[in-house]
Amino acid sequence: MSATQNVTTRGPAAVEKESGESSAALENTARETEAVLIPAVDIFEDAHQITVQAEMPGVSKEGLNVQADRNSLLIEGNVTLDLPTGISAFYADLRSTRYRRSFTLSGELETAQIAASLKDGLLTVRIPKRAEFRTRKIKVEVP
Amino acid sequence: MFESLLTSFDTGSVFDEFRRLENEMAQLFGHSPWPAGIRAVGRGTFPPINVGATPERIDVYLFAANLEPKSLDISIQQNLLTVSGSRSVEVNEKAQYYRRERFDGDFRRVITLPEDVDPERVEAKYRDGVLQITIQRHEAARPRQITVS
Repeated sequence: MSATQNVTTRGPAAVEKESGESSAALENTARETEAVLIPAVDIFEDAHQITVQAEMPGVSKEGLNVQADRNSLLIEGNVTLDLPTGISAFYADLRSTRYRRSFTLSGELETAQIAASLKDGLLTVRIPKRAEFRTRKIKVEVP
Repeated sequence: MFESLLTSFDTGSVFDEFRRLENEMAQLFGHSPWPAGIRAVGRGTFPPINVGATPERIDVYLFAANLEPKSLDISIQQNLLTVSGSRSVEVNEKAQYYRRERFDGDFRRVITLPEDVDPERVEAKYRDGVLQITIQRHEAARPRQITVS
């Protein structure tokens, strides 16, 4: 129990001191280097599209950010939990509240047509292939 | 999140609320070191768990996306909480896979809670892929203010 109490009493004080003393620039640097969680993904391709499924439990639609341009896909999310007032850590496997992972895309993908859906913390992103790159079955004609 | 935008501490209650939330998030996700429990497991175990404590209750958060709540088996014996279940990942037979990192199969995790929890008062809910189990603590164990007469 004493370890838990230490965490409770020291934590907030340290945070206040830090934000009072350090400059905004320093804090930004700290935030940039802040640990992020790397979501586990499945990626698969069929004739029409590439599908990315990412595990982001704790992320709601509001906390999610999916961005794509011609060359890359970025998946980001902030964890929001229902926390009672004055909670302190007792045990933690996850040490961050932010997920982030990015992938490079290739030219045959129709990045303007990307569709994303989120259900129970599972993000599904579908990236269709350009029509001219879709696999077509080629019939072998036997004379 | 908002600290860098603010130059002084005399900010409005909205920002205080944000700061409180952020502090509590930081608390729960543990930026301070503490000893690992005997049942602690290595990285990569599914599902990851965070446990938070207040004087009134213990909150256990299991991070498991896309679960079927009916498949879960949650049991508590004294101060030992066991959560088991299974999650099957659909496989698209026609597709070519490049990455398969998502957990597929049965899981079981055992969590040692503080000894003053009340096994009769437990609630569980599943939202946004997080299973939250709330266990109330016995009143007698809560800290009390004692006045000197």
